Amino acid sequence: MDDSTASGPQSIGPGQALSRNLVKVLGIVASISLTFIGLTAVTFVIGRVMPADPVLAIVGDRASNEVYQQVFLQLGLDKPIYIQYLRYLSQLAEGDLGTSIMTAQPVAEDILRFFPATLELATIATLLGIFVGVPMGVLAAVQQGRWPDHIVRVVGLVGYSAPIFWLGMVALLIFYAKLDWVAGPGRLDVIYDGIVEPATGILLIDAAMAGEWEIFDNALSHLILPASILGTFALAYISRMTRSFMLDQLSQEYILTARVKGIPEWKVIWNHAFRNVLVQLITIIGLTYASLLEGSVLTETVFSWPGIGLYITSSLFNNDMNAVLGGTIVVGVCFVGINLLSDLLYRMVDPRVR
Amino acid sequence: MSAELTLRGWLLAEIPKSKLQARCQRVFISWLSFRRNPIAMVGLLIVASLVGIAAMAPWITASDGLELHLANRLHAPGSEHWFGTDELGRDIFDRIIWGSRITLYIVGLVSIIVVPIGLLVGVVAGYLGGWVDTVLMRLTDIFLAFPRLILAMALVAALGPGLENAVLAIAVTTWSPFARIARAEALTIRNSEFILAARVQGVSTTGILIRHVTPLCMSSVIVRLTLDMAGIILTAAGLGFLGLGAQPPTPEWGAMISLGRQYLIDQWWVPTVPGIAILVVSLGFNLLGDGLRDVFDPKSGT
Amino acid sequence: MTGSPLLRVEDLHVSYNTPTGLVRAVNGVSFELGREKLGIVGESGSGKSQTGRAILGLTAGAQVRARRLEFEGIDLLNASERTMRQIRGKCISMIMQDPKYSLNPVMTVGSQIEEAFLVHSKTSKREARARTLEMLRAVKIREPERVYKAYPHEVSGGMGQRIMIAMMMIPKPAIIIADEPTSALDVTVQLQVLAVLDDMIKERGMGLIFISHDLNLIASFCDRILVMYGGRVVEECIASELAQATHPYTRGLLNCLPSLDGGQDELPVLQRDPAWLTTPGGTR
Repeated sequence: MDDSTASGPQSIGPGQALSRNLVKVLGIVASISLTFIGLTAVTFVIGRVMPADPVLAIVGDRASNEVYQQVFLQLGLDKPIYIQYLRYLSQLAEGDLGTSIMTAQPVAEDILRFFPATLELATIATLLGIFVGVPMGVLAAVQQGRWPDHIVRVVGLVGYSAPIFWLGMVALLIFYAKLDWVAGPGRLDVIYDGIVEPATGILLIDAAMAGEWEIFDNALSHLILPASILGTFALAYISRMTRSFMLDQLSQEYILTARVKGIPEWKVIWNHAFRNVLVQLITIIGLTYASLLEGSVLTETVFSWPGIGLYITSSLFNNDMNAVLGGTIVVGVCFVGINLLSDLLYRMVDPRVR
Repeated sequence: MSAELTLRGWLLAEIPKSKLQARCQRVFISWLSFRRNPIAMVGLLIVASLVGIAAMAPWITASDGLELHLANRLHAPGSEHWFGTDELGRDIFDRIIWGSRITLYIVGLVSIIVVPIGLLVGVVAGYLGGWVDTVLMRLTDIFLAFPRLILAMALVAALGPGLENAVLAIAVTTWSPFARIARAEALTIRNSEFILAARVQGVSTTGILIRHVTPLCMSSVIVRLTLDMAGIILTAAGLGFLGLGAQPPTPEWGAMISLGRQYLIDQWWVPTVPGIAILVVSLGFNLLGDGLRDVFDPKSGT
Repeated sequence: MTGSPLLRVEDLHVSYNTPTGLVRAVNGVSFELGREKLGIVGESGSGKSQTGRAILGLTAGAQVRARRLEFEGIDLLNASERTMRQIRGKCISMIMQDPKYSLNPVMTVGSQIEEAFLVHSKTSKREARARTLEMLRAVKIREPERVYKAYPHEVSGGMGQRIMIAMMMIPKPAIIIADEPTSALDVTVQLQVLAVLDDMIKERGMGLIFISHDLNLIASFCDRILVMYGGRVVEECIASELAQATHPYTRGLLNCLPSLDGGQDELPVLQRDPAWLTTPGGTR
């Protein structure tokens, strides 16, 4: 009897397995490092492209020549460009993103202060996108060609095509100004400012831990609208992709097998088709989360949400290049990191790739 | 036979008699397939309207959208001003129409920059392979690693606000996917027999790349470009909203939203209408792109 | 055929509405199935697969009508979806062509077989696991524990089909429909899989509908043969009497098969008569 397995758990020596994995890991590390170096190179170049004089930005245009020279040497601007780049890299490695011209604080500290707000927003928005978008996508696929499908597709398309900052404004107009269902811009009403100790930086968690339920309510009320707007964007993309993946799976032969077995239809959809989609969704969710970091720039501006997006835009208006570039690098690094993570997760979950 | 003499007959003939006829036939058959998709047709309609409106701007507007009429400030939409007037008394309808030209300008300019560069990098990387491929793909990956808007913002911050700078910034952040697509196509084509035949005939590598490989990558790139156009428009609007794009008094839609923001509550039409314009145009390109993809690459769609 | 028939099909029609008009995939098929091996042979588009699907009520989007479509007296045509779900797997089951595509790639072999069992009996997981391993042994898989934990892409084609057989047989159906079960396998493996199938059918006294395009295979494996063309049955005979078939299509097929004792100058081409599409029934 032919009992041979095509491929499968084969027995190789532990040494071989280790070295093979090591090579793989080294390859990935090398690849990521190159990408990071590329990232830093781009921001470095942008910093140099700037026509404004970085020295003047620090000393002001009424400083004396000596002060100018001092700062010039301090910034290392007399050295050749590759030395400057290496200096930049070493600073980055230490976590030194320069000093903000606006706040006179290290940019790294500023960013750390603002980051949790964006994290909070992006996470809730992604969760919204998942828990609403995935069922929508599945529904559309199962009801292909009928009304639920059309509605889901249109909603997705509109969410995808609308300028997010405009959507935010219209939402503010309707739900805050006209209907008064939610709180307005900002993260918290001014009267509650500073009451809760920032332990994690995420207001909802901090307020809950401190037992300050009034503040929790208020924070939630402020969070709902911007999270929904960002969430709509996430939802549009996720539902679209889920629908596409589900349609693909539902036309596969193993679905017929499942039906032949006499399994109830909902099990066929969720336990069979959807399980095959899940793997692909991981990548999509990673991509969504990463792109929400970007979408938050505009959303935070509209809602005056004190996150990293608002930080970058206000730094921009104040010509605070260090802050802008620092923010860009941090977001870039997160972007790469998230994509990497989702890729790793994908490999762990899909039995065919293992 | 009289059937051959009509245009339709010529387009549907079994055996084309010239390269031109063959090309026209391909386009026509794609068109027939495209026409069957009503949603895609809506997209086409929107985009065509955009172009039409932009072209006919001088004839359908009453003013140039730039003149101030401070007495006329913030009028609600009505029979005289279909979309109302803004904070400086300018007719919003007119400004939207003139703004369509700017939208087309941005989209067109970005496309002209991005497609050749993407094709060049992708085709060269895919066809030549080896270290050239690795280096070029690393370069592409670096730009893909950045979130578009933020990189564009950083670039514009460095270069200074302005329409052309915004276009450049968008182009820099948008070319990467096209290089990837072109490379993927080039990789598939690289080992085909007709390429081998061309090489045997002594055609130089440049010749092969230009005359054989590139034309075959075009359709995928065009589809992707159309699908990305909505994203380009939204990024441009975002930059405009942040004041980094076209400067006032230019009627760029994103900037209009930004300037009208403070009047949101009581004179809602000032920032809302330009947003609707962006939404419609973006939607149009998305629908069109979806339709094109269904015609040219049905397996990747639904 | 001994005893009363398990399955009764009378004047079955399966049609699809396509943009270019109505397509009649199955155009008036009638037959009965007892505890025997019935082969349905035909070329692509003859409607043989659609017949199998129609019996199970799995022709999505098609219009199915028949004068009678009965399993052991139960009306399959007008049955509710709930009834059909109870029939599928437990009474009538189906084996498909290629295990690469017909097995769920992200579920282990064991869990897929268990599922087939658990959907029709309320027993514990432990019982289900035991039955599954037993079943794997019954289809001559030597290391059932290892295969139980494996994923479909880790097993060979022949083993995949035997897994398929195990999965479809575990709820002990009365009828099994095999839709091109060996077409995706190497010739040597084909015989092994068929042997397993044959053993099980004999042991349990089941009815088999064997759908294939391979006339030789059907003639050697089955008891009775139905030849289909253009959605209709054009010939029905006992397998051993195939050489005496009378319908011109069947004769044409027989003539197309090259024989080892030679004597043919040119391989004949099947001459198709459009009349075969409209004359009712076969030659009986």
